[in-house]
Formats: sequence, structure tokens, C-alpha cells
Amino acid sequence: MKINDVILRTVVKGIVFIVFTLGIYLFFAGHNAPGGGFIGGLVLGSGVILLYITFDIETVHRGMPFDFKLVAALGVLLATGTAIGSIVFNVPFLTQADNYFHLPLLGETHLTTVTIFEAGVALTVVGTLVTIILSISEDE
Amino acid sequence: MSNMVVLPMIVPIITGVLLVFLRDYIKLQRIVSLLTMLFVMGVSGTLLYVVQHQGIVKVDFSGWLPPFGILFVGDTFALILVLTASIVTILCLVYAFATIGERHEKMYFYPFVLFLIAGINGSFLTGDIFNLFVCFEVMLLASYVLIALGGEKIQLRESLKYVLINVVASWMFLVALAFLYGAVKTLNMAHIAQRVAEVGQDPMLTTVSIFFLIVFAVKAGLFFFFWLPGSYSVPPTAVQALFAALLTKVGIYALIRTFTLMFPLDQGVTHWLIGTLAGLTIILGCMGALAGKDVRTIATYNVVISVGFILIGLASGTEAGYAGAVYYLIHDILAKALLFLILGTVVYLTGEIVVKNMSGLIRNYPLFGWLYFITMCSIAGFPPLSGFLGKVLIGQGAVEGQNYVLLALGFASSIIVLYSLLRIFLASFFGETTISEEDRIPIPKLAMTSFVMLGVLIVGIGVGAEALSPFVEDAAETLANPAIYIDAVLANME
Repeated sequence: MKINDVILRTVVKGIVFIVFTLGIYLFFAGHNAPGGGFIGGLVLGSGVILLYITFDIETVHRGMPFDFKLVAALGVLLATGTAIGSIVFNVPFLTQADNYFHLPLLGETHLTTVTIFEAGVALTVVGTLVTIILSISEDE
Repeated sequence: MSNMVVLPMIVPIITGVLLVFLRDYIKLQRIVSLLTMLFVMGVSGTLLYVVQHQGIVKVDFSGWLPPFGILFVGDTFALILVLTASIVTILCLVYAFATIGERHEKMYFYPFVLFLIAGINGSFLTGDIFNLFVCFEVMLLASYVLIALGGEKIQLRESLKYVLINVVASWMFLVALAFLYGAVKTLNMAHIAQRVAEVGQDPMLTTVSIFFLIVFAVKAGLFFFFWLPGSYSVPPTAVQALFAALLTKVGIYALIRTFTLMFPLDQGVTHWLIGTLAGLTIILGCMGALAGKDVRTIATYNVVISVGFILIGLASGTEAGYAGAVYYLIHDILAKALLFLILGTVVYLTGEIVVKNMSGLIRNYPLFGWLYFITMCSIAGFPPLSGFLGKVLIGQGAVEGQNYVLLALGFASSIIVLYSLLRIFLASFFGETTISEEDRIPIPKLAMTSFVMLGVLIVGIGVGAEALSPFVEDAAETLANPAIYIDAVLANME
């Protein structure tokens, strides 16, 4: 029996963008305020899961054809990659660099390598979260 | 330069993650995992050499100086274990190439072995007790997967028990950490040692240390080994060998570190307790090994006995005892891996696990049979094999520490170990062969290679003990004089 979920679908279409925006905001806020890769990743992941709940797995998969196990792996690779970078530059392991750059449009911008590390954390969290939920829902 | 200390942990993680992307390329996975472990072996060997000449090496992550940052410390004791662990992993991987089967290889077997090793190496090298907890968890998560991988009913049952026990133990680890942090306000192991020495180890701190003792005893299979025989007998042989060789050793390492570095001052209570638990472990382990009717039970109880035996060295609290414990750890990692690989192969060849139902294997596989004989002799402690010197030194330590009961128990256990393993040898290897020439299943060449190399190592460590002794003595000296470790770690603290 098909459940009538018009309201859910309509609301989610709007809400998902708010959730994703909040996730990205939290991710960037994390540098100097509460937030960061882990929390941003959790919010982004819950947005993805909301999509999976509202629309079925096949539909979402057509729009986002990722294997989320690989997303998690990519995240770990990114995070450990920046850590390894410190070995290449012969400074203590995990050392992060930052500097101020003058970018067109954005003006004076604070760029850090820790953002790349955090992006790795966020991808790992999203990948793991979605993989767990999908595995649970897959039972036959 | 000092960044090298972190490589034994980070390189397996990175290559392990890369292998996740290479799921379908089994050959490439094998090559990459083997190369990774060879690299780790090279790095730890080099570091061991460096530590001999320049003293303890350490790296403060992101340059945060102790006691504020996390750090990895390579002293001889840790590096010997990292080196031995990577050698054993290489040989277990070689065995796995031939036996593990495509199903496992496609289900991320190699990445998880690498994550397991990353956790183990991290636990050996870390100088921060909270980081030790994290590395334990990395190792345990990988081991949960490796136990359950294969999805047989018995694996599911045993892995459930294994996960539950370890989760409870990890929770206790966290609680103990909270108590410790509340009491000394630091998590850097060297700094904890310094603070504990400054205030004297009062009953409060001793209680906290006993909390740690219980946690690590569960992980090491010291007295609380009820989970061990079941969960170590269900995974595939290569994984069994890795677990038997390495997992309990990490718990033993943590115990030795905790009670030589951080809480060495109230030996009347802590070391007495360790000694008592070690004695009980030996007695119960011997009973299990004698009662066992199948090869897996006998082998797993032998792991339990050796845990008790190694900790006699710690309980004695003497430098000779520590040196013996280090020797015996090296020996036991190699010998237990070989024992489990051989017995797993016996099960594979005959399809039987009960000792009485097999016979005459040595006629069909002479080299294989004699390798088992060498393993047995070495575990029982016959000179000149690898187990001998460790037993002598632990015995010497027990005499110096006047632990005569433990001494008697330890050496009596050698006889029981010999008897339990000899029973397998006489029943399964000697006698009329039950396998005709036509039905003879060949042992894969790679598996045989790994047996022979482990056998050579066992003989080599026994015969070449002299060459090892500078390293072992240095390790024991650092354990007996924690000031060496503390000074090296806190050197550039104000």
C-alpha cells in the first residue's frame, strides 16, 4: 500500500537545503567557534538520510550515485593525507599551517590546512553514517 | 627524522584505506599489504638501531610540547614489539595469501589486517594514556570485524561475546582514565609517572592503578580469560594466528608499561596482585590445556598459560625479570603464531579438530611434522630454542624477587605445556597414517614458506640470543629505571 506522503515530500524538498546549509555553516564555523568537521558531517549526513527516508533508495541513488563506503574512505585518506604532509615538510606530525591571502571577491581570507583535515573528518562521518543507516535498512 | 616514530601507525592506515578503493584487484591488494608491512618492518628496525645510539626518540604531534600534546615515544621495549609484530604479520599475510580465499579478500580482509596492525603499533608507541585508549579501540574495531568476517553461525556467537566483553572493558578503561585524570590532572604517561612519584603513590592512586590492572587483565587474558578460548578458535587460521600472537601481547605491554612507569611505587599491593593473578592464570590455563580434546582448545589455553608466565617477570619487579619478559614476549609472538598456523593447517588437511581422530600426519608431511616438533620444544623452553632464555631470565627474576611459588608454578607449567602439545604430536603426527597417497592434500607452497621462516626465526632467536641481548637489556634497563623514559619525554618541558 502506498502511503500518502505528499506533505513529507513537499516539506523535505525545502528543508533539505536548510539542513545542508546549516551543515556547511557549522563546518566552517568550527575553526573558531563550536562546530567543525564532525558536527558538520553529522548534520550533512542526517540531511542525506532524510532524503533516503522520504524518497526511496533508488531515486536518491540516481541523484547521488556514490558508494558511501568509499566516501568514508576518501575522508580518511584526506585527513591522513594532510597529516602525512607534515612529514614531507619535515615538521612534527599533524602540524597544520595557516596564512592570510588576498583573494578576488572574498578579500582578505584566512586559509588553513586544518580545513582540509576537517573536510576529511566530515566526509568520513557522512560516509559512515549513511553506510550504517543503509545497512540497517537493507535487511531481507 | 623524529616523524619516523609515527610511520608504523599511519602508513598501515593510509594503505589500508587505499586498499578499500582497490577492492576488486586482489593481486594488487596482496602486494600493497605485503609492501606496507615490509616498510613498517624496515622503519621499526631502523628506529631500533637509532634508539641504541641516540636514546629514546619521540614526536610531539603538531609541535605541542608535553604535557599538553599527544606524543609517540619509541623506546627499545616498544620498538622491539613493533618490529616483532610486523614480522609476524608479514608471515601471517603470506600464509593468508594461500589460504584465506577470495571471499575474504573481497570483503576487505587486507585493509582490516592493516588497521589491526595500525592499532597495535599505535598502542605500543603512544606516550599518552588517552591515546592508548584510542589505539586500543582502533585495534579492537578491526579485530571485531576480523572475528565476524565469514559470517558463520559460531563466529557470530563468539564475536558477540567478544564485542560485549571488550566494550565493557573499554568503558572501564574510560572510567579509570577519568579517575586518573581527576587525581593527577595529566594524561601524558611520563608526566603521570612524575606526578605520582612527587605525591607518593597513596592508596587512592593505587586503587586507580588496580582499576587499570583489571582493564588490561581483561584485554591481556590475565585471569579474566573466559572470553579468549572461544573467540580465538572461530576465525580463519591466519586471523587466529595474528590474534594469538599479538592481541593479548598488547594487553601485556600495557600492564608492563603501567606498572613499571606510572605506578611502580606500591609494589607490595600491585605487584603482589599481578603475581597472584598470574599464578591463578597459569593454574587455570594448565587445567584447560590438559582437559582439551581438540587442537584449538589446547592451543588457546596455551596462549593463556604464556600470559601468566610473562607476567611473572613483571610481578618479580626485577631487571632480570623484565628482561625475561621481553625475551619471552618476542619468543611467544613468533611461537604462538607458528603454533596456530600449524594447527590450523592440520585441521585444514584432515578436516578434524579432535586430536584422537587424526594420525600419522608426519608420514605424509615430514617437514611440516618436524616444524611442529620444533615449535613444541621451543614453547616448552628447550635450549637452544627461543623460549629457553626467556624462561631462565624470568626464573632468575622470580628468585631475585623471592617469588618462589610463582617460580615453581611457572616451571611446572612448562611440563604441562609440553605434555599438552606432545599429546597432539604423538596422536596426530605419529602412528599409522589415515590419509592415503591419493587423498593427500598438498600444503600450499606459500603456507609452507611462512612455516619455515617462522621456524628459522624461532631457532635463530634461540641460537642468536647473544645478538639480541643488547636490545633486550636496554629495554629492561628502561623498564627498571623509569627515569630514563621520563627524562627523554619531558626533556624540553620548561
